[in-house]
Amino acid sequence: MARFDAPHLDINAIYGYIQQYKLDTEAGLRPTGKVEMATKQQTESPSRQSARPRETRQESGKVKRTGAEIVWESLERLGVTCVFGYPGGAILPTYDAMMKYKTHHVLVRHEQGATHMADGYARAGGGVGVAIATSGPGATNMVTGIATAMMDSSPIVCITGQVGSKLIGSDAFQETDITGITLPITKHNYLVTSADEIAPSIREAFQIAASGRPGPVLIDITKDAQNATCEFDWDAAAPKVRRPEPDHFPNSVQLERALDLINSARKPVILAGHGIILSGAMQEVIAFAEKAAVPVAETLLGLGAFPASHPLSLGMMGMHGESWVNTAIQESDLLLAFGMRFDDRVTGNLKNYAPNAKKIHVEIDRAEINKTVHVDVPLIGDLREILQRLLPGVRSGDRSEWLQYIGSLKHDSAVRDIQNLPDNGHLYAAHVIHDLWRETRGDAVVVTDVGQHQMWEAQYYKHDKPRSLITSGGLGTMGFALPAAIGAKFARPDAEVWVVVGDGGFQMTMAELATIVQERIDIKIAIINNGFLGMVRQWQEFFYDGRYSSTPLLSPDFAKLAGAFGISGVSVRTRSEALSALRAARENPGPALIDFQVEQEDTVYPMVPAGADLHQMIRRPSPLVETANDD
Amino acid sequence: MTDTQKLHTFVLYVENQPGVLNRVASLFRRRAYNIESLTVGHTEREGISRMTIVAGINEGAAHRVEANLYKLVNVLSVEDVTYVSTIARSLALIKVEAHEESRHRLMEIARVFRARVVDLAPQSLIVQITGTEDKIQALEEVLRPFGILEMVRTGQVVMSRGVKKALSKQKREAKDAAAQSEISHSV
Repeated sequence: MARFDAPHLDINAIYGYIQQYKLDTEAGLRPTGKVEMATKQQTESPSRQSARPRETRQESGKVKRTGAEIVWESLERLGVTCVFGYPGGAILPTYDAMMKYKTHHVLVRHEQGATHMADGYARAGGGVGVAIATSGPGATNMVTGIATAMMDSSPIVCITGQVGSKLIGSDAFQETDITGITLPITKHNYLVTSADEIAPSIREAFQIAASGRPGPVLIDITKDAQNATCEFDWDAAAPKVRRPEPDHFPNSVQLERALDLINSARKPVILAGHGIILSGAMQEVIAFAEKAAVPVAETLLGLGAFPASHPLSLGMMGMHGESWVNTAIQESDLLLAFGMRFDDRVTGNLKNYAPNAKKIHVEIDRAEINKTVHVDVPLIGDLREILQRLLPGVRSGDRSEWLQYIGSLKHDSAVRDIQNLPDNGHLYAAHVIHDLWRETRGDAVVVTDVGQHQMWEAQYYKHDKPRSLITSGGLGTMGFALPAAIGAKFARPDAEVWVVVGDGGFQMTMAELATIVQERIDIKIAIINNGFLGMVRQWQEFFYDGRYSSTPLLSPDFAKLAGAFGISGVSVRTRSEALSALRAARENPGPALIDFQVEQEDTVYPMVPAGADLHQMIRRPSPLVETANDD
Repeated sequence: MTDTQKLHTFVLYVENQPGVLNRVASLFRRRAYNIESLTVGHTEREGISRMTIVAGINEGAAHRVEANLYKLVNVLSVEDVTYVSTIARSLALIKVEAHEESRHRLMEIARVFRARVVDLAPQSLIVQITGTEDKIQALEEVLRPFGILEMVRTGQVVMSRGVKKALSKQKREAKDAAAQSEISHSV
């Protein structure tokens, strides 16, 4: 390992620091037993350590700290080991204080990347992700990432610097009203103008972000608050009770009604959503499905919440769900919605959505009940707790007739499926995803962007484990994949992380390649490159008579581009090359990029046109119509 | 207010902090619901304000507005009192043109409406009226021919009748104490 060339290094200072650190730990001033995450990134440079100041301790055991120090002290105590950010004027005091603390800082290339990384970190690891930026443009660049986290209920905390409190409202340099801007896209936000508010705000922000239905929280801290000194009292900063919690838990009458519906249903379907993963109810859902013999359809964000290889798993529902899944939902007599919110991409035309089905909605957010779909029994509360209460009352059912019927629907789809057709030499995205799944044995954490490749991934990569697919669902944020994968890698350094991204989305945030190299992390990137903004092109093909307005896309040579960043890159044009390229990328340590130049005008099938009934799908052509001329 | 909308009245207890009104109002703005009237004031509990919001809400969406209001961290309680038996009052000050010959008739009108004349000037007088929206509107119509120079209305304040809905002090304290044991932001 390379040694740090640090002529200013003072060995005595380091020794002093270590002694002080030990004293602090013994005195309980520093947390012990920290959550070990991203350990290889935690190695500190010696120059950092030497900068740590002596602590000014008071008689009561309380200490004086600057606001900037309190930021890091609070984060450390909350178990944060790594943050994603970008420095700037109004956050300078906090960045200066950072050098005295152990928290690892990942320097991003754009603040949007920082928020997606925090999001990917939260989704992959189950903790709270932290992003830091300066005021003005730094803060506004975070908006897309915050909205993405809000839509997908991802717990992140964003800390932004703000101009001095006396300058607020004066149109000072790099001043922006970020609490006003992010008000509708955060669970809550804070404008902190004094140092003593920092610790309570951060503690409460973490609690709000992670509890109930998770979501993003932003803390805007003025520069003078970062610079000011105050007494730091962690215990006194504990979140206070604001209001009595409403008695959310469903009463026995509701539970009985739900059980009656469940036990008498002949054609039930479970709709498995993101809430299962957030609630940690995977085992309960499996137990429930198995006991009652109910098939399980997943939402996009619910993929992995129920094992894809389980015999009762149907696959993804909705706009690009397989036809048997949507048909089963439309013909069912009972829908059990577990931690999902009947998104329009899932229901199609609401008027004819599962017309004969009773609906039971288990959901933590009261505002989701009867929002789009009228439900017969709402069960409001934590999914895991409610399933635990329901399970004893669920009778083991014989639903073989229903399951056999759904099974018979699969055959017709399978013969149309591209992966069952002979190799015609062309490279299809479905092949790439299918090969990736087989090569990784479904064990990788796959982070996808938005568009056609995202749907192909959802169809052809079989996710057996929760938190193995990370994707922007609700907001559909292009450019999400690469930075989110970096966050995911920090949350789970031992996991194999794959980015599956289109040529369009990749170019939105590809500057983060430099972050990968600077942080020396091992991420594999598969670009599904079809020379088009594929999903938009598909809509233009179907609904705008094939007028490809601004969807053909010129891209750089991605393999060469990767090389410029110091990442090994390769281009692949045929199916036979695909597998070996995947294998080579997996075998060689370090980041790798594969530019899969796939069939240009390929289409995601099946497709429910927006606003159509769920069973009115555009099916795969049968037999497959060649999309290119065979020479 | 569009055809499918209906006026709903929400009573909120909120923390008395900067930005809370913005958060509440933003929920209505986002859904393009027009707030017909909004009043905010202190309550008997320190640091807690009470809001009464009257807004046109789409059929069937009122419970969602209520639930979304409750998701705001600074909102301590929400109640849609539209279908609850309530006392609703607002106050108006109406400055009317008044001369020697019309003054007596105006004062007579005020008496009938149980309004008070709170200012008398050579050219005008100010009538203060408290009551339901209907009553204020009725007085306004009667005064209009005399020439209304200026008018200001407070917006409705609403309180449910009896103690059925509102928690008594002891009960509230007991509930607060129970909540202390388990802190969570449920949504």
